[in-house]
Amino acid sequence: MASLIRQSAQITACSFVRQLAPAVRYVLRGGPQVLTAAGKALGLEISSLACRAATQGAPGAANQMAVADRIPVSALWLGPDEQLLLGPDGRDFAAVLIPALRDMPHSLVDVSHRQTALEVSGPHATALLSVGCPLDLDLAACPVGMCTRTVLAKAEIVLWRTSEDVFHLEVWRSFAAYVSAFLAEAAREIAR
Amino acid sequence: MSADSHQEALGRVDRAHPIRFTFDGRALSGFQGDTLASALLRNGVHLVGRSFKYHRPRGILAAGSEEPNALVTVRRDDARYTPNLRATQVEIYDGLEAHSQNRWPSLAVDFGGINNLLAPFIPAGFYYKTFMWPRGAWNALYEPRIRAAAGLGKSPALADPDRYTNRFAHCDVLVIGAGPSGLAAALAAAGAGARVILCDEQAQLGGSLLAEPAGSHASLLEGVAADDWQARAVATLSRNPRVTLLPRTTAFGYFPHNLVGLNQRLTDHQELPDPESPRERQWQVRAREVLLATGAIERPLVFPGNDRPGIMLAGAARTYVNRYGAVPGSRAVVVTACDEAYRAALDLQRAGVYIALIADIRDRPQGALVQAARAAGLPVQTGTTVVGTTGRLRVTSVDLARTDSHGEVSAEARQTIPCDLLLMSGGYTPTVHLYSQSRSKLSWDDKTQAFIPGEPAERVRAAGACRGVFALQAVLADGAAAGAAAAADAKRFKGVKPIRTAVTGADQAPCASDPPLGTFSGALPQPGGATGSMAFVDWQNDVTTKDLALATREGFSSVEHLKRYTTTGMATDQGKTSNLNALGFVARELDKAIPQVGFTTFRPPYTPVTFASFAGFSRGSLFDPIRCTPTHDWAARNGAVFEDVGLWKRARYFPRRGEDIHASVARECLAARKSCGLFDASTLGKIEVVGRDAVMFMNRMYVNAWASLAVGRCRYGVLLRDDGFVFDDGVVARTAEDRFHVTTTTGGAARVLGLMEDYLQTEWSDLSVWLTSTTEQWAVIAVQGPNSRRVLETLVEGVDLSAQALPHMGVARGRICGVPMMLFRVSFTGELGFEVNVPADFGLAVWEAVYAAGQNYDITPYGTEAMHVLRAEKGYIIVGQETDGTVTPDDVGLGWALGKTKPDFVGKRSLQRPAMSVPDRKQLVGLQTSDPHVVLDEGAQIMQEPNQRAPVRPLGHVTSSYHSALLGRSIALALVSGGRARQGQTLYVPTTGGGDVAVKVTSPVFYDPEGARLNG
Repeated sequence: MASLIRQSAQITACSFVRQLAPAVRYVLRGGPQVLTAAGKALGLEISSLACRAATQGAPGAANQMAVADRIPVSALWLGPDEQLLLGPDGRDFAAVLIPALRDMPHSLVDVSHRQTALEVSGPHATALLSVGCPLDLDLAACPVGMCTRTVLAKAEIVLWRTSEDVFHLEVWRSFAAYVSAFLAEAAREIAR
Repeated sequence: MSADSHQEALGRVDRAHPIRFTFDGRALSGFQGDTLASALLRNGVHLVGRSFKYHRPRGILAAGSEEPNALVTVRRDDARYTPNLRATQVEIYDGLEAHSQNRWPSLAVDFGGINNLLAPFIPAGFYYKTFMWPRGAWNALYEPRIRAAAGLGKSPALADPDRYTNRFAHCDVLVIGAGPSGLAAALAAAGAGARVILCDEQAQLGGSLLAEPAGSHASLLEGVAADDWQARAVATLSRNPRVTLLPRTTAFGYFPHNLVGLNQRLTDHQELPDPESPRERQWQVRAREVLLATGAIERPLVFPGNDRPGIMLAGAARTYVNRYGAVPGSRAVVVTACDEAYRAALDLQRAGVYIALIADIRDRPQGALVQAARAAGLPVQTGTTVVGTTGRLRVTSVDLARTDSHGEVSAEARQTIPCDLLLMSGGYTPTVHLYSQSRSKLSWDDKTQAFIPGEPAERVRAAGACRGVFALQAVLADGAAAGAAAAADAKRFKGVKPIRTAVTGADQAPCASDPPLGTFSGALPQPGGATGSMAFVDWQNDVTTKDLALATREGFSSVEHLKRYTTTGMATDQGKTSNLNALGFVARELDKAIPQVGFTTFRPPYTPVTFASFAGFSRGSLFDPIRCTPTHDWAARNGAVFEDVGLWKRARYFPRRGEDIHASVARECLAARKSCGLFDASTLGKIEVVGRDAVMFMNRMYVNAWASLAVGRCRYGVLLRDDGFVFDDGVVARTAEDRFHVTTTTGGAARVLGLMEDYLQTEWSDLSVWLTSTTEQWAVIAVQGPNSRRVLETLVEGVDLSAQALPHMGVARGRICGVPMMLFRVSFTGELGFEVNVPADFGLAVWEAVYAAGQNYDITPYGTEAMHVLRAEKGYIIVGQETDGTVTPDDVGLGWALGKTKPDFVGKRSLQRPAMSVPDRKQLVGLQTSDPHVVLDEGAQIMQEPNQRAPVRPLGHVTSSYHSALLGRSIALALVSGGRARQGQTLYVPTTGGGDVAVKVTSPVFYDPEGARLNG
């Protein structure tokens, strides 16, 4: 039987918010040597700095998402022993990582379908997010490459600034409709 | 606004733009830039409202947000109907429709005015004393009547159609108040490179500078006129990208850690608001440093008849003349204890008002302004007090008397002076509301006779009049110094936030250039020392000196009690104009100093804030997230009726045409029993427990023994709290040596993960194990019933579904419809059953494929209601239904699950308490009614004997109750004291319809007690 096509959670798009293509996602937990080994296997310099994302390829590669619509291989620091690994749909992280991390205490869990990715972009992106997100999104406090768990209104999200005016939001599947509808409502006053 | 467009002596309104509006249906006109108050005064309207309790005619007292009297309703339509707005803050637009409040039939003829005549009988606390008998009449009669007679505007009857938004913001320095000190502070802070937010409640930034006559203070403001300086300051700030200017924005609340709530009004001043624009925006600002430049509020004087229309604060009159070009009268008397009123008298005289007299209560006022007034030929009379006024709907005259050197009023030598405007000033009270809200200390300042900011509890400082600095030059210097200091502190403490120890409010240099201008609090002296009648302290709540005196005589000496007993300072204006006069009066009555009497704490909001502002977008479909499973749309298309389970929408039942819930549930249940049912179990919580120590972790968390669970098998797990009571349950699969797939109840998903993380991070941080929520990774499709294997066989690849290869409680990985699958052979129905787990994005497609494949077997989707009945027929519990936080595993028949040889698990020690094993604990049993058609009420109590009378100790209660189509009768689960030993007994259950139903105690398993069907 032919393989089925992924159907991401439905969202409400608006001129500043769109849904990114389905992606592969893993939560990797483990000590520094696990993260280093995983980075090596994925071709990434995994960040040991808090709240910083690493992306495969040239700096600013995450930026190219806007064109390609596909999420490049990236590792988002979510905790001292926790990275959220992202990559384009079809990339088999497990096949690469399981052998690379053998004999090291770690946890690797597939969450590809747990969440969906929204992109908030444009000169109003920070203002729009600030309607529901209590973080300081000034570039000095939230530079390009910063990623963190936070909230948007009543939903938990992972927020990742991929360029000055582009943010990547990882949203749990069943919250995507709420988050996108909230952003669309908030955008009404600037969507002209 | 350009620097010279408002240089005429006509104020700052735009006379080229007349504005038409109505007040109580009367067509009036004003100018662009007018407030409703200034426009009414321009039209000679002083009578604007009736007072709260006595329905006395009231006019406009003030020019700012402190206004206690001039509360109006503004109506755009029936839904946009806003009561209790201060006319001094309402900006007029073409077509504005304003109404006065608390009057019937009209403002000029108000029947409620009879309360004024009854005043001697309704003193402070009258409702506590008069309306105590009969007791029942308070709710039925007195309170509704009192409420109808007293009060403010009416609430709109329709839902608010407007939108309200929110904004989180961060800054180095939040400057609150854009008067001279606030502008100077913002300029200095922004100049130092700080990120600045400057907010002000008024439409224009400038504060008191806006009330200065054109071209004034050239010598004080760096060689430029006040209005020029204000315009340049605003222009400089608005060019700075690191500065956010927020006019029409009230800082209403100061919350811990420098979180300040701002309410920005976006469209209320517009004739035709953009429908896409929110009406208000609430800002939640987290500031490194807060700088309060909130100014000061002029204090009224307290004397008999001080509340008639036409009696206003001197500074307010000055504002109306200079800022709005609205002259509030033609013949004025000024009563004052403060030099500032002379400034008002001089400006009013220049505007053409005849100043009949300046009556100064002081014996020998000497200030420069006094001398200027005398030089200008204004009549000044010192040592004079007011003993009364006349005028029904507007003041017509004022009665004055001389005081001697002891402050005693001589009975003779009264003067009556006709006037249509009576100005008063008792000095200025620093606006310390927000400082107090921040939990920072206030300290009494003898010089200004007011409370000023003291020891700060937050990273906050004050500048200008709100800390008792009044002279303009000093205010500018103070603001600039505070702004620079705030910017420096914000930079210095970036990243680390030590609590400031130095008192920044007090360590700023005291302003020597600030001579006392005169101040007075309490009531003006009256003949014979009487407190006078109708001498108002609190205009909005109609509290007079008589009320305060009565309260002190009745023994109320604490300011907190006095406040609540007399309601002084408790109106919507929070006593902005009344608190210090009340304190001064009470201090004198009690013969204490004001600081000894103390001060009540200010609380948010500074001025009233709409509920909608707090709600923001959290209404309607955005009230809460609505979580839907991957198959939601299919269920909706197929007629599902949904129910809310936490934030989830779950299909409750799938009625066919003509079916009610009972028929639908009966059909769904029978389909699952006889052939095949299809159920979406995706909402079950799922946690992936992974790591070398996963077994040890599971052994410590759950009551069960996990070491013996083989890979590829699953087990029903029970989780307790440390008090030994059931917390959650669910099927746990071991999918690898170091990996468990744990399921939880739908509602328990978050709290189980939280409990596990809590133990892992605080108690067992040495364990090499990690938890990951996978609730939403998997769509879970339960296929249940004797034909379920036949349905799945056609779709599944790589898994042998036979009973030998995949027995009950077996787990296998394979593919379905070409996508990866984790297949659990589990059952919450008691039938042969499978739960197909597929990655969520494939959930809908796989569901549809299973449904299509099941057509030969009349596969039937069933909802949560049928799920409940099916599991109850089997006696399976639901956590939260059969358990209520006081139930042990043994109570609900799960004692078998306990790993008895395990050294420990969460709750084990508590289970060993003797009380946990006494024989009369409530135990899970089945109940069968004698009449099989009667379905008991869930929650109903269970009695030993029929028709017992209260008080009686019930034996237990019904936890679940349904009609079982399969058994053709009702069934119920119940927790009954010593229940397992009572099987066969007859007990009694009261019904809501009256009368008791006889029930027989049975086993909780009503169907297939041997479990043969599970193993099909």
